[in-house]
Amino acid sequence: MEAYFDNSATTRCSQSAVDLMQKVLLEDYGNPSSLHMRGVVAEKYIKTAAEQIAKALKVTEKEIIFTSGGTESNNLALIGTALANKRAGKHIITTSIEHASVYNPLIFLEEQGFEVTYLPVDAQGVVSLNALAEAVREDTILVSMMHVNNEIGTIEPVEEAAKLIHEKNPKTLFHVDAIQSFGKMRIYPKRMGIDMLSVSGHKIHGPKGVGFLYVKDKTKILPIIYGGGQQKNMRSGTENVAGIAGLGVAVQELYGSAACTEEVNGASGFKALNFEEKIDRLYELREYLIAGMRSLEGTTINGAGGRCAAPHIVSVSFSGIRAEVLLHALEERGIYVSTGSACSSNHPAISGTLKAIGVKPELLDATVRFSLSVESTREEADYVIAQLTELLPMLRRFRRH
Amino acid sequence: MNYQAFLIKYGEIAVKGKNRHIFEDTLLSQIQNALRRVEGEFHVSKENGRMYVEALSAYDYEELMDALTKVFGVVGICPMVRLEDEGFDALAEAIVSYVEEAYEDKHFTFKVNARRARKNYPMTSMELAAALGEKILDAFPEVRVDVHKPQVCINVEIRSHINVYSTEIPGPGGMPVGTAGKAMLLLSGGIDSPVAGYMIAKRGVRLEATYFHAPPYTSERAKQKVIDLAKIVARYSGPIKLNIVNFTEIQLYIYEKCPHDQLTIIMRRYMMMIAEHFAKESGCLGLITGESIGQVASQTMPSLAVTNEVCTLPVYRPLIGFDKQEIVDISYKIDAYETSILPFEDCCTIFVAKHPVTKPNLKSIKKSETHLQEKIEEMMQTAIETAEVIYAEP
Repeated sequence: MEAYFDNSATTRCSQSAVDLMQKVLLEDYGNPSSLHMRGVVAEKYIKTAAEQIAKALKVTEKEIIFTSGGTESNNLALIGTALANKRAGKHIITTSIEHASVYNPLIFLEEQGFEVTYLPVDAQGVVSLNALAEAVREDTILVSMMHVNNEIGTIEPVEEAAKLIHEKNPKTLFHVDAIQSFGKMRIYPKRMGIDMLSVSGHKIHGPKGVGFLYVKDKTKILPIIYGGGQQKNMRSGTENVAGIAGLGVAVQELYGSAACTEEVNGASGFKALNFEEKIDRLYELREYLIAGMRSLEGTTINGAGGRCAAPHIVSVSFSGIRAEVLLHALEERGIYVSTGSACSSNHPAISGTLKAIGVKPELLDATVRFSLSVESTREEADYVIAQLTELLPMLRRFRRH
Repeated sequence: MNYQAFLIKYGEIAVKGKNRHIFEDTLLSQIQNALRRVEGEFHVSKENGRMYVEALSAYDYEELMDALTKVFGVVGICPMVRLEDEGFDALAEAIVSYVEEAYEDKHFTFKVNARRARKNYPMTSMELAAALGEKILDAFPEVRVDVHKPQVCINVEIRSHINVYSTEIPGPGGMPVGTAGKAMLLLSGGIDSPVAGYMIAKRGVRLEATYFHAPPYTSERAKQKVIDLAKIVARYSGPIKLNIVNFTEIQLYIYEKCPHDQLTIIMRRYMMMIAEHFAKESGCLGLITGESIGQVASQTMPSLAVTNEVCTLPVYRPLIGFDKQEIVDISYKIDAYETSILPFEDCCTIFVAKHPVTKPNLKSIKKSETHLQEKIEEMMQTAIETAEVIYAEP
């Protein structure tokens, strides 16, 4: 049996997205900027995808900028608005548990003379709103906050944060990194007071190499990639038409309901459950997996529980076990997971979020992230628990002294 | 400059007496092997104790040099301009334009060295050298002649055609691989063992390798790293058959049955035994390790003695007297360093004791090993039978 529980790293691409992408690549391969028919056909795919996304977010399609993925979306949001608004102020606020694609552009901006305040989080990984209220100043041009933490799944209070920020300084822009939350909950930027929202395609059963940034109309932002002026000058470079079309389908499949089975772009958007049902099911599976984990000896679940956390991430520390060894042992049994977070797996550096929420030092290196998708099943969860029951005592027998 | 041919200089092998043709033939075929990876058509020939690589089509100079400078036995490579014999005036003109193009700064001393393989050429070698030297002096007032210690020696060879060359790119030296038998390299993912393999291959030895991995304690990426290192060494040594042995069971068994501070040394004894098994099976004449005295606890003189004790084949340790930095320098030179330092755990370090023995006592090690009697033979057998074989091509 196989259990792919690493869906926060990436997901399997949806079949209808792949089918449509193949059609775009082989048949409708025109350059959307070309004046002839093939260009027009290609352009239409982009328009359709923008409409599909705009519908899911209840925004307008011209507020969607397609990018190469989550990292570029975050870079564009941060660097693009910082440079465009530097005359209004040079102060930026973020949290201490952000992803590297937010953290590193901010370090770049600090080197360019911007000042960055990092907000603390509590033991559940929830950002302190009091600290936020204190941090917003006259010269604060931007606040960037993740919606769901990629390592422990905690949901951040972005709606309250937005209200607070705009009360204190109506000119401050609010960027939300929704890379782990989009597709897992309803997100309506306008209602929630979000000015910019980053999304990645491959985390939601879309293709890799594509994502988007929602930018509220009339937001002051500069491009970070210059060239032929595509996407109204905001993101030059010939559009990744196939990727964008695939992303549109993936979004529609996730947020679409069972009743909505009309043909979209020639591919069927059918999924048996509507969005709320899918997410309820995912929460049930998460609780089921957590219960299984708790039944094992020497386990600690990190982060918030219930509906305070995203439905797909379970962070577990296993005392006396090295996460990487456990990861490879699970891999031998067809179970795929990440240590701490997928991003810290590439660098042996220890996870920032786990430290920030006060995970005991001896458990930092013993933490594994299981991440589910709408395709995950109870049988897979049972299999994971069964394999862990067998593996943990064995791995605890052999330790480094 | 467009070089149509290359003179290959091989120092040491030219003096090998009656076996000389074996060395030369091996070098020739090793050069041919290396050229297979270079785009273009080449002809390699041996005449009158010299070796030539001739380009029969367009080629990329950097790519060709990269291949030729990795062939052991090659001491130097001289890029040559090839001319047809169209009389002295034409030759003089060609030589002058060669100097013009090859040397931007003409402030140097030179001499012309002429050789006639074709003795019916109308001038003697001495006459030709003097006449060409004069033409060069006339053309470039900055140059000066120095027949004793010239900075530039312009060689002119009269054969069926005329070869002109004056520069030499150093080769790696050593002996052509395949002239000295075969040996088994114990390859880890570290810095030392690939360098050790390189050094022994440089003396003409073909390589085979054995790697021990310990899943789930070591990862698939650690294994891929070792395969990549084998491929890097193979650029010099030619293809390497790599035996990948799953060592987990044995390692855990030793961990449970033996004193922890002896774990590494006992492990290494079993690694040597398994590697020697593969070595004998495929006709290797020795084992190669990257050990260097005192580098770590398992490489002190007493530790080396204890490890060595299980081997019946000679163990070659080409780095034995090298400092770490000297090893790193070679690792850089052969382009292995960046791969070697990728941070994946190897099986020697996973259970390493805080204070491993540095002066192991053979008797006490052997006594500890008696605790393994029950299953170790069977485990070794399984490890050998289940080993995966990968051919690392350059």
